Formats: sequence, structure tokens, C-alpha cells
Amino acid sequence: MSRYFFQILFLQLAFCVFASAAIAQVAVRGKTIYTMEGDPISDGIVVIRDGKIAAVGPAASVSIPDGMKVLEANVVTPGLVDTHATVGLTGILNQKQDQDQLEHSSPIQPELRAIDAYNAHDPLVAWVRQFGVTTVHTGHAPGELISGQTMIIKTRGNTVEDGLIRERAAVVATLASSARKKGDKSPGTRGKMMSMLREAFVETQSYLKKRELDDPEKKAGFDLTKEALASVLKKEVPLVVTAHRANDIANALRLAKEFDIRLILDGGAESHMLIDEIKAAGIPVIIHPTMARFSWELENASFETAAKLRDAGILVGMQSGFESYVPKSRVVLFEAGLAAANGLGFEGALRSVTIDAARILGIEDRVGSIAVGKDGDLALYDGDPFEYTTHCVGVLIDGEFESGESYKSPSDK
Amino acid sequence: MRHHWTAILTLAVCLGIVSNGYAQQDATAYVGARIIPIVGDEIENGVLIVKDGKIVEVRTADDRKFADGTQVVDVTGKVLMPGLICTHSHIGGVGGGDGSGPLHPEVRIYDAINVRSSGFRRAVAGGLTALNIMPGSGHLLSGQTVYVKLREARTIEDMFIRLKDGRIAGGMKMANGTNSQRDKPFPGTRGKSASLVREMFVAAQEYRDKMAKASEDDKKRPDRDLGKEFLIEVLEGRRVVHHHTHRNDDIMTVLRLSKEFGFRVVLHHVSEGWMVADEIAKSGAPCSVILVDSPGGKLEASNLIFETGAFLENAGVLTAFHTDDWITDSRVFFRMAALGVRAGMSRQKALEALTIAGAKILELEDRIGSLEPKKDADFIILDGDPFSVYTKVLETYVEGEKVFDRSDPEDYLHAVGGFGAGHDQEPYLCCRGHQSDD
Repeated sequence: MSRYFFQILFLQLAFCVFASAAIAQVAVRGKTIYTMEGDPISDGIVVIRDGKIAAVGPAASVSIPDGMKVLEANVVTPGLVDTHATVGLTGILNQKQDQDQLEHSSPIQPELRAIDAYNAHDPLVAWVRQFGVTTVHTGHAPGELISGQTMIIKTRGNTVEDGLIRERAAVVATLASSARKKGDKSPGTRGKMMSMLREAFVETQSYLKKRELDDPEKKAGFDLTKEALASVLKKEVPLVVTAHRANDIANALRLAKEFDIRLILDGGAESHMLIDEIKAAGIPVIIHPTMARFSWELENASFETAAKLRDAGILVGMQSGFESYVPKSRVVLFEAGLAAANGLGFEGALRSVTIDAARILGIEDRVGSIAVGKDGDLALYDGDPFEYTTHCVGVLIDGEFESGESYKSPSDK
Repeated sequence: MRHHWTAILTLAVCLGIVSNGYAQQDATAYVGARIIPIVGDEIENGVLIVKDGKIVEVRTADDRKFADGTQVVDVTGKVLMPGLICTHSHIGGVGGGDGSGPLHPEVRIYDAINVRSSGFRRAVAGGLTALNIMPGSGHLLSGQTVYVKLREARTIEDMFIRLKDGRIAGGMKMANGTNSQRDKPFPGTRGKSASLVREMFVAAQEYRDKMAKASEDDKKRPDRDLGKEFLIEVLEGRRVVHHHTHRNDDIMTVLRLSKEFGFRVVLHHVSEGWMVADEIAKSGAPCSVILVDSPGGKLEASNLIFETGAFLENAGVLTAFHTDDWITDSRVFFRMAALGVRAGMSRQKALEALTIAGAKILELEDRIGSLEPKKDADFIILDGDPFSVYTKVLETYVEGEKVFDRSDPEDYLHAVGGFGAGHDQEPYLCCRGHQSDD
């Protein structure tokens, strides 16, 4: 039996002991703690009270309150943030009845809310959590011109309401072949895609003006679709545009400029070809999964794109992305790991799934680093989190313990 | 690299010094690496000596005296191990049987491989040196597979592995479960799937018997049947069946049919193989396993677990991993075995699952899969431990020839990015046939 299994056992025992107490009170002692707020702490302690981080620092200076239960791990990081997922909407079975990420009846449906489509009990939510993912930006998938809204949620809870951080995080658009229709349906071309998007925003501008009118005859009626687009024009939420080819990325930049939209570029397989333009626009990039399939519109994708963007000073977040087949959900920890090995480095990669991811999503006041006052979200590992043979040995979300990876042993059957 | 070698070869041919494709070369000694021979103990400070495309010697580097003319290459601090073998790949833009029916034993996958596909360049960048290229799983029997070496190739013939009887090495691809259940004329149920396969083999048996009975008499001989000719190879054990199968009951169906008709079978994917590991072990059938990053994506893979390798190892099943490229990328093949270790597989068996186990499954273990004298000089040089995410494949050799060099800019491009990545170019490649990804 390996050391790892003992560690799991220890954590489970520890969990049993204090499960009956108010478990949002917990301290974690880590041989190395990556706070993402300065240098890592050797032999450090994180104290969580009422679900929030109450203290963090070296063991020499932070004391564990009397009676508080203690978890131990070799490596402690902030709970990981998946900057763009579809988990909870794209069910594990991949059958019609558990796939709620794309509604194909119309190409522009920004009114579709992620909260109405999220299954907190889908096994893939727990699957990503066991590797340390505590927060996901999830919702409608790329594949329609505007496929709907996204939300930000913790990977814990009985219903969507339990873990919700932000009910409406973004409106998501797709400038890629996947949003193109066949036959006589629109949009059938890239030109048409852009014209339909522009038309939708221009109509929304008119709508907003007509909503201001006093004359009830002329005042526009409340329109869910337009309201959702208006939230983008009013910069209440960003427009996340999935685009891979350089010309599609350029289209997204042009659109954002024309309508003064808060743009987040998603995917960006060829973003390494437009680094100057992306930097000038001041937008972050949620880069495609490092192990996304490098085919079709991703034919020029590279393991090193995340590093190139980061080196240019562009904020980069890592995503698990959307898969129509297998693997039904990628794991952002693994995607960041391969990027770490391909120029992004350990710190850069960890940032892309913690603090930088949180900044891109505008939730850095809650998650993404280990700092006093932030949510008690931690991931515990028995080694370098990015190494293939390391294990996540436990997860804390708002101070509540969830198990990490646990593997069946052939001898246990 | 390619043009350089071609030029030398051409010159060599003109000078009449080439026989059987190989120049009589001096030996090359790769000295100082940590050698993982797979068969035999690891050597901390080792030497690999290669000559004429074959391994001559593997030993410690304590003795640094070599035969006259030996070229010495210093690989101190590196890791050297056999090239990786993928028992299930779809590289090369392959198309096997078509939509006209569920059974295509006459279809040869090697008639449908583009050797210039960038997938091959990515494969050598991942340290792969031999592949079993297969048609897809959308048929009960989608065609013949081909085993290839990742040599520099102008045509598929350059990649073939020839058996002693001159045949081109390869197997037969079959599938059960949901992939091959489709609208007519495909089967709609598992029961029908099995009965169609049984009918096919019964007809092949009858054909074989008629041929045997007719003996030399041309008049009595049935008309030539391309598909049945290859099914006879399967029935006689001269062509192994590579069988896509996920669910525990589907796996048992494969074993049942294998027993009934006496064909030899390798079980591929085996997402639920951990549930019937003892039954698989009892059958003697080896497994070729894929791990993907989450279970599901299709019903029959919803019980996929990372522990499959550990369960099969525990039961004593000969187990290899496979990329199923493009399901997973050949450049991260090491990762799959490392995840197997993460979930309980032994390090040794996980390394074997990338090398010698694959060689055994392809019945090429006398030539490839380990670093032993007289075997082909198919090896890779790494800059660190094979199971570390940070480790890179630096060089890949097939039969002594370097087919990948990470320090070569073009090779590097294939190692990190898709075709053209990093090049200054038009925003989109104007002249390639574009496939929609919807």
C-alpha cells in the first residue's frame, strides 16, 4: 500500500473525526503553500473560519486555534478555477437527454440562462472537483452564433443555487465554423455571422433608446433577448467569443471595438499570430485546452501559445473547454500541467488556473489566491500538482471538505 | 533531415555500396545515458551500441573502449529507452470500410494512408516508432489493419513491416457495442451484431473447406473471394483480430466468439475490462487500453476508470496502452501510462505497456519493444524521467536512423504545434481542403 493511500486514509479519518463539528472551521498545514500572493510559504498554515480564510502564513507565525481540526498535505494551492467549461450542462452520458449546452432552434439566443440548465449532480462535476477544481465558469457551449449565458459556480452543492458565485457571468458567442449552418439557413458564411451579430447589437441599441421613451405607445416592450445583449453593451457582462483562426479573432476584435464591448477571447488557437493586436486591445485570452485536438480550425494550435501570450503581458486563463465526444470533460489541472512544461512554467501555469483565471472572470475578491477574507477554497496535493503521478488528496470549498482522487484497488474487490 | 538522408542514400546507391537497403555502417555508441531497456534492469550509466539498424550491445558505460571506427555520441544525463509502440492508431487520414454494410474483410487500410500526413511527424515527436494503424470502429468488421515502422517514407511501402513469409504485417479490425449499431444494413442490437459475425465466420469456414477439398482441381474451386481469403487467415490464426469493445458484456461476447471460431484476439479500449479482469486473464487475450481524461462521452465508456491498467496487471493480463490518435495525441502517449501509475499500476508494467507489451500484441517482440542485442535499433532519447510532465522527447530513432530531432526547427514545430504553427503565414491556409468541424 502506497504512501498515497495512507494519506487518503488519514484525510478520511480526519474527516470522520470532525465531520460532526462545524467543519467550516479547519486549518491546513502544508509543506509548501502556493498562496499566489507572493512567494510560496514553506511549512505554512491556512486557517479557515466560517468558510473564509482567517489567517495564512508560516507555521512559526500562524497558530492553529485550540481544538481546530487540522489537515496536512505536501502541497497546498488555492482551489483551482476553470476559466471556461461546460460541466453540469454536458452530462457524462452524452445522450440527448443530458446535453443542454446547445439549443439549435435559433442562432442568437443570449437569453438562455446557464442556471436553468445546470445539473449539480452530474458525475463530471465531482470528477473535476476530485482533481482540485473548486470553481467553474460554465454554461452554454460554443457552437451557435450566440448560444446563451454562462455562470460561475463552486463544484459543490445540492442545487445550482448552493454554489453560485455569479448567476450571469457572460454572454457567449462563436466565430467559427461550428456556428455555421448548412443549406439555406443563416449564418452560412463568416460575413453573414458578423453581419448578424452587428445587426443584433444595433437593434439592441435602438431597443435601449426605445425603452427610455415615455410614450407608452412608442416605448419598447421588455425583451429577454435584447436585455441580455444590452447587458453586454452596458458592460455589465463580457462577451466571450470563441474564435480560433486569426481572421476570426480579428473579427472579434473589430466587433468589440465597434460596440465598445468587454471582450474575452476564447480558444484562440491562432492567437499567437495576433499577439500585438490582442495586447493592444487589452483583452484576456481563455486559451484552448493544451491537449485540444489540433485539427481543422485548430490546425495551427500550439502547446506554447499560453506561454507566448503570457510573455507578451496578456492575461491567460486555462479552460477545460467543450468536447462533443470523449473526454466529455477535460481537467484544467492537466491542461495547465502540459502548458507548464511548454514554456508557461510552474508559476505561470498555476496562475492560469488560480489568480489569473479569477481576474479574467472578475471574481478575484472571492477566489484564486490564499488570502485573508477570501473563500476557504483549497486544493491539497501529495506533490507537484502538475506531475502526472501526483494525487489530489483533498479539496476544501468554503471550508467544507471534499475527497480528492480515490482509486479502487484490485485487491479490494 | 529527410532530404539530407535521401541525398546520401542516392549517392550510396550510385556507388554500389548499398545492399538490402542498408549501407554497411560503422557502429554508433550512445554513451552515458540512463538506459531503460524494459527487458532487464535499468542501467544508470549505460551504452547502447547500434550497427546497420540493429542493436549490437546494451551495457554499462564503465568500459569506454569501442571497436575501431565506432562513432561515439555523448548522451550523459539523458534517458534512453525503446521507441514507443502504439497498438491502436488512426493516423494518416485513414478510411476503412464504407457505409454500404457492416463487414469489410477485403478492405486494406494501407490503401488509404497518406504518409505525408503531419500526424506521422507528431507521432515521432512523441517517441513513437511503430504503430498498428486501424480503420475505425463504425463497423462490425471495418477492414485489415497494418503495422508500420515510422521510417521516413515516400509511400506506404516504405513503412511496412514484412513477415518472414513476405506478407505485410497487420491484423483485422472488428468492433461491437454501440459504434457498429446503426441503421440498416447495419445491426440494430447486440444480438444481431454477434449473429452477423457468426454467419460471416461460418461462411468463411465453408469457403475454406471447399478450397481444401478442391485441392489442385481448378474446376471444383469456388470463385476467388477477397474478403474470405483474409478471414481464413483469421480463422487459421495467421491474422490477429483487434477488437474494439468497451462494456463488460461486450468483452465477454468477443471472448465467446473467439473461442467458437478459434481466432486470436486483442481486446481494445476495454473501458469496463476492470469488471471482468479475471475472465480476460483466463481467456489469455491481451488488452490494449485507452485512458481519457474523464469517463463518459459515450454510454459504453461511462464506467471508464484510470485503474484499468492496475486491475489488468493484477489479474495477469498482457496489457498495452494505445493513443487511438486522434482521440488522444501521440505526443502525450507517455502521459497515459503515467496516469495508469497514478491510479495504481506498477511503473515497470506501465513502461512495458508502452513498449514490449505492444510488441507482443503485434507479435513483433523478436524485433522491437526492448533494447536487446539483434533487435531493431528503435529508440528514443529523453531529457528526464519518462513519467514526468516536464520531460521532452529529444530524439527518435527508427532502425538506427534519426527520424525526429527536437533541435531541428521543423521537427520542433511538430513537437509543440500543429502544422504551420509558429510560421509567419497568411491568416488561413488558402489552398487546403477545409473540413467543417460541426
